[in-house]
Amino acid sequence: MSVASTADKGAPWPLILPAFMLFIAVVLVPLAMTVLLSFHDWGQYKGIEPVFILKNWEEIWSDSYFYEMFARTFRIAALATLLTAVFGAPEAYILNRMRAPWKGFFLLIILGPLLISVVARTLGWALLFGGRNGIVNKALMSMGLIDTPIAFMFTETGVIIALAHVMMPFMVLSVWAALQRVDPQVENAALSLGAGSLTIVRRIVLPQIMPGILSGGIIVFSLAASAFATPSIIGGRRLKVASTLAYDEFLNTLNWPLGAAVAVLLLIAIVLIVVGSNALIERNYSEVFR
Amino acid sequence: MAFLELDHVSKYYEQYAAVEDFCLLVSKGEFISLLGPSGCGKTTTLQMIAGFLNPTSGAIRLDGRDLASIKPARRGLGIVFQSYALFPHMTAAENVAFGLEMRGVPRAEREVRVRDTLAMVGLDGYGGRYPRRMSGGQQQRVALARALIIKPDVLLLDEPLSNLDAKLREDMQIELRQIQRNLGTTTVLVTHDQKTEAMALSDRIVVMNKGRIEQIGTPHETYEHPASAFVSQFLGKTNEFSAEIRGDGDARKLVAGSCEWQAPAGPSGQVVITVRPEKITFDAAGDNEGLGARVKTRIFQGNHWLFQCETECGPAIAVRQNDGEQQPAEGDKVRLVWRAEDMAIRRAGDVQ
Amino acid sequence: MSRNGPLALLFHTMFVIFMTAPIVVVCLVAFTPEGYLSLPVDGFSLRWFRAIADYPEFIDAFWTSLWVGALSSCVALLFAIPAALAIARYRFRGRGALSAMFLSPLMIPHVVLGIAFLRFFTQAGISGTFPALLIAHTIIVFPFALRLTLAAAIGMDRSVEMAAISLGANSWTLFRRITLPLIFPGVISGWALAFIQSFDEVTMTVFLAAPGIETLPVRMFLYVQDNIDPLVTSVSACVIAITMFALIVLDRFYGLERVLAGHSDRSS
Repeated sequence: MSVASTADKGAPWPLILPAFMLFIAVVLVPLAMTVLLSFHDWGQYKGIEPVFILKNWEEIWSDSYFYEMFARTFRIAALATLLTAVFGAPEAYILNRMRAPWKGFFLLIILGPLLISVVARTLGWALLFGGRNGIVNKALMSMGLIDTPIAFMFTETGVIIALAHVMMPFMVLSVWAALQRVDPQVENAALSLGAGSLTIVRRIVLPQIMPGILSGGIIVFSLAASAFATPSIIGGRRLKVASTLAYDEFLNTLNWPLGAAVAVLLLIAIVLIVVGSNALIERNYSEVFR
Repeated sequence: MAFLELDHVSKYYEQYAAVEDFCLLVSKGEFISLLGPSGCGKTTTLQMIAGFLNPTSGAIRLDGRDLASIKPARRGLGIVFQSYALFPHMTAAENVAFGLEMRGVPRAEREVRVRDTLAMVGLDGYGGRYPRRMSGGQQQRVALARALIIKPDVLLLDEPLSNLDAKLREDMQIELRQIQRNLGTTTVLVTHDQKTEAMALSDRIVVMNKGRIEQIGTPHETYEHPASAFVSQFLGKTNEFSAEIRGDGDARKLVAGSCEWQAPAGPSGQVVITVRPEKITFDAAGDNEGLGARVKTRIFQGNHWLFQCETECGPAIAVRQNDGEQQPAEGDKVRLVWRAEDMAIRRAGDVQ
Repeated sequence: MSRNGPLALLFHTMFVIFMTAPIVVVCLVAFTPEGYLSLPVDGFSLRWFRAIADYPEFIDAFWTSLWVGALSSCVALLFAIPAALAIARYRFRGRGALSAMFLSPLMIPHVVLGIAFLRFFTQAGISGTFPALLIAHTIIVFPFALRLTLAAAIGMDRSVEMAAISLGANSWTLFRRITLPLIFPGVISGWALAFIQSFDEVTMTVFLAAPGIETLPVRMFLYVQDNIDPLVTSVSACVIAITMFALIVLDRFYGLERVLAGHSDRSS
């Protein structure tokens, strides 16, 4: 039975038009206005002047402060992504090997936080890190892993750990989805050919879930690079990333045009990275998984 | 006078012809089957009758009225879909009642008619069940009841039995035929199952290939006298031998290998003869009649034997009833014999 | 399939502790009887939950969140259901581009959306109003509403609709009696997921919030920026409890795996 009737070619438009108009009016127009805003002038006393100048972009380009800030943003995002991959992928594998009631239970435990407020989750980390005598430091010292307390609050380390926790469900979910497509008999086949369990993981399982790890990585990276609440609470007022800086420009300094420029740059960078790496994954894995 | 008429109907998608120049007259009460391999245009034809697709050209008329301007919802045709397409959120009775509800039939009458129709398809007392709680055969019956309750001018069946297992399918065929006979509903069935469904149910079958009609006729005549290589092969296993018609007047002969027959009327030249495997017998008399052959393999299939032979005119298969007779063994030399009226002759070069 | 070895189970235990620790610690601290941040060692107390009542900003923000979440999810569905039906059924020019556009709020950083909305609403003169907040939330929850509705619409057997048409149903009857009931599980899950997204959103909303129309996460965020005390942990514990409840309902209704699958792969 053919899926779509071609008898009525105009039929989809009345259905899709309302949503289309909504997005034109309330997404495209505001985004265009923001891009435009980044070219406007601003002064402490004169406010926003609707002229077309490159001042904000030149400032971002020339001032090393912005360079450092963007480098920090992407460094934090990359390290948080690495953490989620290193810990999330094995966990997804272990989860997948569990038996029925436990599988569902732990999946709920691990994925559930995805839907819990980021502020509440980050608050938890603030409590755990809490100063030099935080619970994490106490636990690490009692286990003999460290001798002196590590500074977590207001440091990149703390932000990276908290972000990895916030983004972890995305990675587990992505690898989990990839694992569902793996034929469990393939591992037994490798076993029958005399492969050890480490060899099986390295040669059989890992290559098959790699697309899941990579696409999970893209999601985590783009979300981590644009994260706001976590770097804001754990990083404090001095450890700025792109989104917290844009927030400051907008709501504290009131230099909207500069804030808009930072935001537009962040948007462009993330879109380029996501689209670029998606294309890369597609090219490298399209033959194997199709 | 034709009740349902398809008048030079075509359906094109861009350049691709899904159905081309389809002409068919269906009389009232007739059971017609459209059959052919997938992609032959049979489902497209059914959907055009139903109104879910519009023909690119040509007209479809029902009882003299052109259907083009009538919306699918107003055509009053009963349709049974391959997936049954039951409304999963309604009980069997609600499913069957839906068409009456749309027609504004009062509740009391609705209930009576739903009960009667469910009884007719053998589902007495199943009205309160949801489709998910019913077997495939029961769902099939609900779908049939739902289509029949609106007293449709034409009943359209889209591969209605293909989701049932073999045993159930046979039972349903008999039942479907009986119900259709009793009600006298004009019926168009679409199927790719060449042997059983269409043959068992239909008054006439329409064999389609690549959007075109290959042959229209009763199941028997289509099977016995296929009009093309495609029809002969599609309607079951068949043997083809190349042959020649030579000579003049009374001396005209049809020659294949060492065999000769009286040639039928028509021009001389290269021809192809086709014989169904079950029409072939082994010549026991040994009087050198028939096509010389050697048995390559012999396969036992319960109620019959299947022989693969290498003849002087190429490979052939023969089927013999398992009637207790002694059968040739593998490697035996045999001669293949059949009656002249059991073979169909067509001109060589008629490729499918 | 072979079972997990002891090393794997140890790893798993550590992982689960890592994932749950921050949430558990928030809930525990919320029960402290002390006036400062501490784990409740000398018994549990509900004083900080009672304290919420004396802090009307949190109560107001909670109601704002509830309304914004519920209404924006409804509005988003109003637009998403027809769009999903069109995308599921028709192959038309610009179909891919349109789907990408409708899912774009997943890819655009929320800080960028916040800035864009702030600029837009300021120019339009409705900055800091409830309708502005509602429109903004409609956009960010739209992808979630669309995804799950679309999945339901694609999974639907179209011949069921054809059957209804052949029996005489007109377009409105068809939608009301057949199509909507059949995609309803997807629609209701889409609503629930959209609601949770709206209820948790902080990054974009922080740009649009004004005194009196702050959502709960924004209020919590602004509060935490100034000081972290047991009050905000008790509020967080309430939020966690509400989300858990919604999660369980969602799991029963639709299966959490399917909901979360619609939540992830925003790159596709």
